[in-house]
Amino acid sequence: MNNWYSVGITGTGSALPEKEVTNYDIEKMVDTTDEWIRTRTGISCRRVVEADKATSDLATEAALKAMADAGLKAEDLDLIIVATVTPDMAFPSTACIVQKNLGATKAAALDIEAACSGFLYGLTISEQFIKNGFYKNALIIGAETLSKILNWEDRNTCVLFGDGAGAVVVERVEEGYGILSSYLGADGSSGEVLTQPAGGSRMPASLETLEKKLHYVQMDGSEVFKFAVRVMGKAAMEALKKCDLTIDDIDYLVPHQANIRIIDAAAKRLKLPIEKVFVNLDKYGNMSAASVPVALDEAYRMGNIKKEDIVVLVAFGGGLTWGSSVVKWCI
Amino acid sequence: MVFNKIVEIIVEQLGVEDVDAITPATSLINDLEADSLDAVEIIMAIEDEFGVEIPDDEAEKFKNIGDIVKYVEANK
Repeated sequence: MNNWYSVGITGTGSALPEKEVTNYDIEKMVDTTDEWIRTRTGISCRRVVEADKATSDLATEAALKAMADAGLKAEDLDLIIVATVTPDMAFPSTACIVQKNLGATKAAALDIEAACSGFLYGLTISEQFIKNGFYKNALIIGAETLSKILNWEDRNTCVLFGDGAGAVVVERVEEGYGILSSYLGADGSSGEVLTQPAGGSRMPASLETLEKKLHYVQMDGSEVFKFAVRVMGKAAMEALKKCDLTIDDIDYLVPHQANIRIIDAAAKRLKLPIEKVFVNLDKYGNMSAASVPVALDEAYRMGNIKKEDIVVLVAFGGGLTWGSSVVKWCI
Repeated sequence: MVFNKIVEIIVEQLGVEDVDAITPATSLINDLEADSLDAVEIIMAIEDEFGVEIPDDEAEKFKNIGDIVKYVEANK
């Protein structure tokens, strides 16, 4: 690792739509109850954007907050990565729309798609550019408007998800701080358990795909649950191992916010006290790529994460994909 | 013995107090009030313990603990 720069998170921000949709609101739409949703998922409420808002709107708002937090001007930005499964459109990329909104004229911009693991993929990709000196900084945004691709008649999926965006700025930091190690993985052979089948080149939008509701999220819940519980522990352990740390070294775990039952089961397997695990899915549901950066921003603002802390970020999602990073917090 | 080990897993997962009341005829969902995710967690723990894979469509056929024991014994 000689002559490589240390890369750390120097600013965080998030943006959430104002409109709250509670479990009681959902009781009026599909055959379910607040009690059922809470005991199976831990979710009480989620945010939903107005009809005229798109993913780039939330992404831009989160980005501005993260840049202000880091004291970084738009014209000095080198790279913008947006992780999302709900881009404004197929192209231009959401990152290019954010680049325009920010006036970040010097920055390269691209979207990446690794579903709920997208933010950790983006963080790890941007880390490489800064570590080797190619760029000085990057903005990574996880942003989703999942409400636009949910079947609001399917009680198995529509209760689970929400809209939001979280962003971080990463820059060169003092040696020994920042991202200590990362681990990414994928298993395309099991990808069919979580999909949005239509709207791409395999199944372009047609009257038939619309009638069959193939433009909505489809999920095999129990298979995803099994995968998530197992891979969350594995991903956290792999990243820790790469930087010679153990579970006992974790000051704080910020996991993907899919379901409290997944988090509880994975924490139990890791033998990690639940007090060290951040949870905000009760308020927002699963925001896919936005979940980890929003949770990180909230945990940091609430004072749960302090300078010198060893923080583990871990996510899993469609693809299937997973990722984790161990970070020595530096702000 | 497979049955005893499975009962141990179920007791730990669900916090069942009356262990002696659990028999091969006991149903996780109807008798022990497990929900669908409890059942998935129990299946996962059984998979890890015995090194077997229990696909969803098999798990859905289990009516009681005896069915799980039979499946594990046939496939481990």
